[in-house]
Amino acid sequence: MTNFTTPSRRSLLRGAAAGGLLAATGLPIGRAFAADLVVGFIYVGPRDDYGYNQAQAEGAAALKKLAGVKVVEEEKVPETIAVEKTMESMINLDGAKLLFPTSFGYYNPHMLKLAKKYPAVRFEHCGGLWTEGAPKNAGSYFGYIDEAQYLAGIVAGHTSKTGKLGFIAAKPIPQVLRNINAFTLGARSVNPNATTQVIFTGDWSLPVKEAEASNSLIDQGVDVLTCHVDSPKVVMETAERRGVFCSGYHVNQAPLAPKGYLTGAEWAWSGLFTSMVDAVKTGKPIPNLVRGGLKEGLVKTSAYGPAVGEAARKQADAVKARFLDSGFVIFKGPLKDNKGAVVIPAGQEQGQTDLRLESMNYLVEGVLGALA
Amino acid sequence: MSNAAEALGWWGVPLAVIGGAIRVSTPFLFVSLGECLTERAGRINLGLEGTLIMGAMSGYATALHTGSPWAGVLVAGLAGLLFGLLHGAICSLPRVNDIAVGIGLMLLGTGLAFFLGKPYIQPKAPGLPAIDLGWWSSLPQVQAALKINVLFVIGVICAPVMLWWLKNARLGLVVRTVGDSADAARALGFPVIATRIWATAAGGFLAGVGGAFLSLYYPGSWSEGLSSGQGITAVALVIFARWNPMGCFYASLLFGGAGALGPALQSVGVTQGYYLFNALPYALTLAVMIIACSPRRTLAGAPGELGVTN
Repeated sequence: MTNFTTPSRRSLLRGAAAGGLLAATGLPIGRAFAADLVVGFIYVGPRDDYGYNQAQAEGAAALKKLAGVKVVEEEKVPETIAVEKTMESMINLDGAKLLFPTSFGYYNPHMLKLAKKYPAVRFEHCGGLWTEGAPKNAGSYFGYIDEAQYLAGIVAGHTSKTGKLGFIAAKPIPQVLRNINAFTLGARSVNPNATTQVIFTGDWSLPVKEAEASNSLIDQGVDVLTCHVDSPKVVMETAERRGVFCSGYHVNQAPLAPKGYLTGAEWAWSGLFTSMVDAVKTGKPIPNLVRGGLKEGLVKTSAYGPAVGEAARKQADAVKARFLDSGFVIFKGPLKDNKGAVVIPAGQEQGQTDLRLESMNYLVEGVLGALA
Repeated sequence: MSNAAEALGWWGVPLAVIGGAIRVSTPFLFVSLGECLTERAGRINLGLEGTLIMGAMSGYATALHTGSPWAGVLVAGLAGLLFGLLHGAICSLPRVNDIAVGIGLMLLGTGLAFFLGKPYIQPKAPGLPAIDLGWWSSLPQVQAALKINVLFVIGVICAPVMLWWLKNARLGLVVRTVGDSADAARALGFPVIATRIWATAAGGFLAGVGGAFLSLYYPGSWSEGLSSGQGITAVALVIFARWNPMGCFYASLLFGGAGALGPALQSVGVTQGYYLFNALPYALTLAVMIIACSPRRTLAGAPGELGVTN
């Protein structure tokens, strides 16, 4: 700025517009008390979508209850330079010391760039892969939700009468394929003839296409539906309306399908977020790469619905107990893909921390579908 | 919970296409009929995407608060009417471009609906009823495909009525004259501006009702990704339909059915190339446009006052 005493009309207008925008989005304008730790959450979609963003927002809500913590949030921030502006305004205007940019595309380059610029601020990203050489004040966390999907598969295998399960997925990326495969392996551990018909819709949020996919699968005799899309709401509601079972994802969707909801694979971020806030407050180090499953409490399964029988509950609980003592491996040989090729030879195991699982590019035997 | 009967196999594909044509086409039908009316009066309203989303949100919110989905449909229509009036009024000022105003209103409608719709993402509003036309079949799949929503029936009736009205009614003639030549209309003493404003407002009403179908019947809940561009597609359908209401009806059915084809083929095991099948409606449109176009004449049926043709 050239003149500090008389701001130009343009900058005044700009300031007024920014103020108006802030007021319109409901962002807190005032600064926090100096003693409070300000934590910023950034979501790519609405935080009450019954999906991925809601799972993160539930973790944020747990932080709001803590004394001495102030949470600021912004929704629907695109995975572009817009997220850098949001992060900078949270740091400079709100005084945030801990940031959670939660969407996959925020990580590289946006979050890494700002982590270099603001070394005193802690950045925690969901899903990204922090590697040696990235800024030390950045980190990434993620959960092995395929463990919960495996348990959901056991329940689905027990409950399905037709042995046909349906999986509505957005895109064939490793995280999605891992869920489809774990769900199928769980179901086939109960009923070796069970199959999972997969439909890829092509994008993360296409409500009409998801509804069409649900109806097509049900028409083909599928009687348990699950999904990996941003918001499973439409899939769950369509399944309930057509009178088939469903298994949730991201958060508990039982209220959407009170009769047919079996169980679901959920994120459980509250505990992790709370421990991160404690660490920042007390100055304790936080590991840069946090991964964990049922045992570490980063994922959980929904409470069983009324349609889940005794045998299903027992077996799922037994396998869950083995996950909790970390004595259970989902992806172990001999494992074939659905074209007949061996992907893991007999005698070999790929435990949860195996990096080969993070680049999965096959569908296991029993999945009906193709990657392209 | 055993009414998922045995699989239909390949019969599922035509069934899904028919069912999809009925389920998915309704918002296309309402928006394209609305746009058809507006364009016949000589204006283009690109804002109908925003109107559709606004209708979806306001209809859902009203149904939730009053407990009556029909009140929701009415309010969705009125919200659309307001947006149409706004577009019509602004475009009546001198030297205002209707396409630019339409884009502005599209963004406004979308943003406003997202802002006001925040508290309505979670709650469950009562949905619109459906007429069971599949009672004669013992197959649950057929019964499900032939559950026909009342709004679809209304839309189906609207199309020929609008065609007849444009052709034969005095007001229809006024709309057509205003759309084909403002000078001729003025010479005949027809109110050009008022006709255009009311044609845009009525078009907005129809688009709002189309939005209510999305949130109150299929897929049947309010979310921010609900429309994903259906309003824009429907506006384009009007050109595809040659500004003929019955053409809008057929084009909507075609798009609805083609949209169902991708998921249906994957569900019977045709899993290769699903991105291509998902793109089918658009490829189809391109093909029809190419076949139907001619360098020797302008688009048949295009209103003379429309910005696209001159």
